Amino acid sequence: MWSQIFALIVKELLAILKDPKSRMVLIGPPLIELLVFGYAATFDLDHAPIAIYNQDHSAASRDLVARFAGSPSFKVVATLDGPRQIEQLIDTRQALLVVVIDPRFTRDLALQRPAPVQLIVDGRNSNTALVALGYANAIVSDFNISWLAKIGAPPPSTLLDIRARYNPALLSRWFIVPGVVAVLTQVVVSLVVGMSVAREREMGTFDQLLVTPLRPIDILLGKGLPGLLIGSAEATIGIIGAVWWFEVPLRGGLVPLYIGVVLFAMAITGIGLMISSLAATQQQALLGAFLFLVPSIILSGFATPVSNMPEIIQRLTLINPMRYFLVVVRASFLEESGLLSLWPQYWPMAVIAMATLVTAGWLFRKRSV
Amino acid sequence: MRPTDEAQPAISIAGVSRSFRTGKRVAAALDNISAQANRGVVTGLIGPDGAGKTTLMRLIAGLLLPDRGRIEVLGTNVADSALAVQTRLAYMPQRFGLYEDLSVQENLDLYADLRGVPRAVRTERYADLLHMTGLRPFTSRLAGRLSGGMKQKLGLACTLVHPPEILLLDEPTVGVDPVSRRELWEIIDHLTNTAATSVLFSTAYLDEAERCDAVLLMHEGKLIGAGDPREFTAKMAGRSYQLRTKTISKRAAQEALSRAAGILDATIQGEAVRIVTDEAKAPNAAQLLPGVDGVTISAAPPRFEDSFIALLRARQSAARRPPAPIPIPILADANQESQEDVILVRNLTREFGAFRAVDDIAFSVRQGEIFGLLGANGAGKSTTFRMLCGLLPPTGGLLRVAGFDLRTAAAPARGRIGYMAQKFSLYGDLSVRQNLRFFSSAYKLRNARQRERIDWALAEFDLDAFADAASGDLPLGFKQRLALACALMHEPEILFLDEPTSGVDPLARREFWSRINALADKGVTILVTTHFMEEAEYCDRLVIMAQGRILAEGTAERLKERLRRPDNPDPTMEDAFVALIQTAEAQASAA
Amino acid sequence: MMDRLSILRLRGLLRKEFLQILRDPSALAIAFLLPAILLLLFGYGVSLDARNAPLAVVIEQPTPLAADFAANLEHSPYFSPRRFASFREAELAMDRREAVGVIWLRADFARKADDGGPAPIGVIVNGVDANNARLIEGYIQQVWVNWLQASATRAGRALAFPAVVHPRVWFNPAVQSRDYLTPGLIAVIMTLTGALLTALVIAREWERGTMEALMVTPVAIWEILTAKLIPYFVLGMGGMAASVLIAVLLFAVPFQGSGWTLTLCSALFMLAALGMGLLISTFARNQFVAGQTAIIVTFLPAFILSGFIFDIGSMPAAVQFLTHLVAARYFVTILQSVFLAGDIWSVIAPNAAALLIMAVVFLGAVRLTARKRLD
Repeated sequence: MWSQIFALIVKELLAILKDPKSRMVLIGPPLIELLVFGYAATFDLDHAPIAIYNQDHSAASRDLVARFAGSPSFKVVATLDGPRQIEQLIDTRQALLVVVIDPRFTRDLALQRPAPVQLIVDGRNSNTALVALGYANAIVSDFNISWLAKIGAPPPSTLLDIRARYNPALLSRWFIVPGVVAVLTQVVVSLVVGMSVAREREMGTFDQLLVTPLRPIDILLGKGLPGLLIGSAEATIGIIGAVWWFEVPLRGGLVPLYIGVVLFAMAITGIGLMISSLAATQQQALLGAFLFLVPSIILSGFATPVSNMPEIIQRLTLINPMRYFLVVVRASFLEESGLLSLWPQYWPMAVIAMATLVTAGWLFRKRSV
Repeated sequence: MRPTDEAQPAISIAGVSRSFRTGKRVAAALDNISAQANRGVVTGLIGPDGAGKTTLMRLIAGLLLPDRGRIEVLGTNVADSALAVQTRLAYMPQRFGLYEDLSVQENLDLYADLRGVPRAVRTERYADLLHMTGLRPFTSRLAGRLSGGMKQKLGLACTLVHPPEILLLDEPTVGVDPVSRRELWEIIDHLTNTAATSVLFSTAYLDEAERCDAVLLMHEGKLIGAGDPREFTAKMAGRSYQLRTKTISKRAAQEALSRAAGILDATIQGEAVRIVTDEAKAPNAAQLLPGVDGVTISAAPPRFEDSFIALLRARQSAARRPPAPIPIPILADANQESQEDVILVRNLTREFGAFRAVDDIAFSVRQGEIFGLLGANGAGKSTTFRMLCGLLPPTGGLLRVAGFDLRTAAAPARGRIGYMAQKFSLYGDLSVRQNLRFFSSAYKLRNARQRERIDWALAEFDLDAFADAASGDLPLGFKQRLALACALMHEPEILFLDEPTSGVDPLARREFWSRINALADKGVTILVTTHFMEEAEYCDRLVIMAQGRILAEGTAERLKERLRRPDNPDPTMEDAFVALIQTAEAQASAA
Repeated sequence: MMDRLSILRLRGLLRKEFLQILRDPSALAIAFLLPAILLLLFGYGVSLDARNAPLAVVIEQPTPLAADFAANLEHSPYFSPRRFASFREAELAMDRREAVGVIWLRADFARKADDGGPAPIGVIVNGVDANNARLIEGYIQQVWVNWLQASATRAGRALAFPAVVHPRVWFNPAVQSRDYLTPGLIAVIMTLTGALLTALVIAREWERGTMEALMVTPVAIWEILTAKLIPYFVLGMGGMAASVLIAVLLFAVPFQGSGWTLTLCSALFMLAALGMGLLISTFARNQFVAGQTAIIVTFLPAFILSGFIFDIGSMPAAVQFLTHLVAARYFVTILQSVFLAGDIWSVIAPNAAALLIMAVVFLGAVRLTARKRLD
């Protein structure tokens, strides 16, 4: 039995690697995704354009302005001398943020009254707006503390001591790139496995397989195991790219990571085989894979946190294997997680893999024998 | 009749070459073709698949540009003014170019709009076309719901909405039943007679050549002959004979004859062997089959196919003659005629929804027999075939293959059958050797035995030179060989062949059947489906199917016998088929 | 060029296209169902706003001061704090992803604060999701500053922080990510449907052999192209209208601009997207290749490089340059402005001009490369 399955696997791998179409699926999207996501997908603000409207012209206000100008997150693109330009700058997106310092700023500071600093921010991209406000708030807080020290006033009774664990510089890339490993594995496995049976149906070789003494379980294994192999290979490419090209630390070790890779690839192989046994043509398989991929990536926590989703959708994500695998990948890269702490991620993937593989086997029998 | 430049040919082709790139390979589809087609007649473009017929049609229609050479249609250079040519010609591509989700009337309207047919004349024109094609009752039916024959007629009607001066038809008779084929030819004859339309008609069926006024014979991108088909046939006069003997089996006789000196061609025709000689001289039975008694030889009328074979043989001998088929070693020891039924079908029915694809059929096949399932597309033969192979469950009835229902039988039972799918389905990206290795593994051959069988296949089927080439790049004839080799790796007892020779050239077909005959002689049971009436002659027994039922069963000889009349002393298998269908229809309308 | 026969042919082709659209549900599904499903999926599934983020709070020594701060956290809409007895337990909860961060008030918190301080408030956030972590940090900072100022005012003391920030978020005062994601999303979805639709229908004609039959009629290539463009333009605009209705009625995204600006810009964008689809279809002769190419060259760039979710300004310069080649980039900018800010012509005009150029380039390229030939 095993020599037949081995022959099936060899045939499947040869067919995939020699066919330019499937080679494109294997090589094109992975590289594009890794590079594009690695470079373009970032929530960090870097030299965001801001404008300053300082109506005070004192040493204190100049100090505040200097703090804004010195921050790597911002770049001062304009210094205004009237309020009219504010609207134009924001409307035309030339400035993300305008810092307006009140004419009574120094006087209020001296009188220990609230000295207003107005921050006008473009809310068209609310996330960027929030991030910019956060940076600006921190700058103003620092200013306050050093102002109090300068005038000899007592410092605030309490102080925030903020530390970000696992990603101290809060780099988006450390979050996105390991996620790409999951996306890569998912896209490639579901496309390759999803189209494999459909391709044989179109070429007419599937009938030929079915009349051989191979049993459905042999064919299923012969189709599924290459998916597992290719999925692991793709994940490895992603991991290598993340570690050596994008320099994301790999702290958790490879064992917990690869346990996740195998379980995840099995779950996706099961789903791919389900698509495969239902699709009559490669085109239907492509459509099926697309219909599975898009929601499962969106509802996985890849770009936006699952916890921000409405309750009912959060419950829906529980059947999405990628949701669990993302946690495993990120934990394996950034946290020093042990196998035990990842157990809550492993078992749901294993359950999903079992369920989808059994269903795929059943569909397969139903459609073929 | 247009009096202007009447002498000019409808189409003239001068030194045309055209090649295509697939990946790194450049394949020449047409190699220095010069030919012409005259006005007001039907010119047949005859050749097997891959001969370059479609490429030539597309070049004439201005859909492709030649690499070299020049094509003129009605005196206009196609490469320079394709649009001008396209207003004067009409072209029906393979698969007829119909919009399947539009109705018959909407398809006609679309092409009338595209061809600028004035509204005033449309009513009359539509009436003519619908009458001619018999589509009048179906004007509101979607084109996708029409039968193959009706689609073909609608496709033709769409190309004729604006009467063209030149009509190009690319393999219009593929996948169409013989009755529809005859009707199509009547329409074409009508066109050339009444409207003086020039028709270029491409086909792989050699018997259709005889209906053309002139033919262009193509093979592997080259023009190997041109002229009046009757002249081609006439050249073969006195060279074709029928040979009968009771002493040895027809297959043994055919095998011996095909290798005898002075014989160009030997094919089984019913109970006789039809031979074509090198020269127009009556053959001597004693020389041809030494030591065989009771041989009678009678003259047979020449066929167009004989001349095509003669041409191909002449080309081949210039290169090399194929090695004589080596007897194929097969385990079964069945020299004695077995009476055991290897395949048994009783009350077999298959429904798809409300549609009965196979309607209560029964037949049986004995060991060592070549059994044919004949019928047009949609007759139910493929459905029957798939049920026998265990690919499709029957709705009702009984079927046994080697004592098993393959659908429910354990996997090892399937190890006793071999299967060659339609279109020679192979893993096109895998090399010849990889295909052989995979299929032998699938049939549980291992180690030394596997190596031995692979070596056998490469040698026996002359595939050594291609062992490491991707099988998808092989010429059609070699694909067919490889497909057969893959099906024979495990030396099956029963061989299923689905349309095994469609599109391959006549020599490859002969070679194929000589192998199949040898297998049958060794006791292998063979079940073959085909819509190719000529192939029926190779079968020991056959059934003809139409609309899910068996119309007739018996030997090819007996089926033709019923039609033998003074005005048709030697009816063809197609005559028999058409007669059967017409009788069935007459009975249906009477009842 | 537009003679009588030409009009006749065009009309015939157009009627054929519309009949096919009406009879083949897949085109309608791609035009209307796909955008609706994607919009709903994204609209509900994609949010960058942290609300009720689970926060672990450790108070080692209960004091009124600590309780006061904890109460402030409780009242913030951003957090749902949970008390843990020890820092170790809170840390484990964070590792189990049951808390996004830990607030740690040590045993000496109140004493140090009374002694003139400063008493540190330990904040540990899980930085894996950097963006979310940053937002959480910002929210905590906001709670803390407000708490200090309020308690200073209550006690009649001088303000802890003399310089006070008054943030004003224009166009999206509630700072809801859905309000900016939805308009951008419409652009992404319409890129996909516009290009996919045309690429698929033309590839289908190639596959079924009807293109070959069309091409030997006296029809001119521009007539074939126009007959494809018009129906799918209408269909695409229909899908666009449906998406806008979903955004405004279902997701209550404000719509500040005018309908006709939106229509005009959408029309330009649709032309560019359809042009892309036509261009794909001139070389992709089967639906499989056409579908895959459409997804790779239109959907992915529109998703990542359009500024719809990731800010273009933060990308490396080379990538920023690339974004100029993505039509969706201009349309995202226009849509975000038209929805949230209004008809700001200084934004709309240059972006619309860019769309116009892209439409002209794509359609021009189609016109130049399309031949009435099969090779």
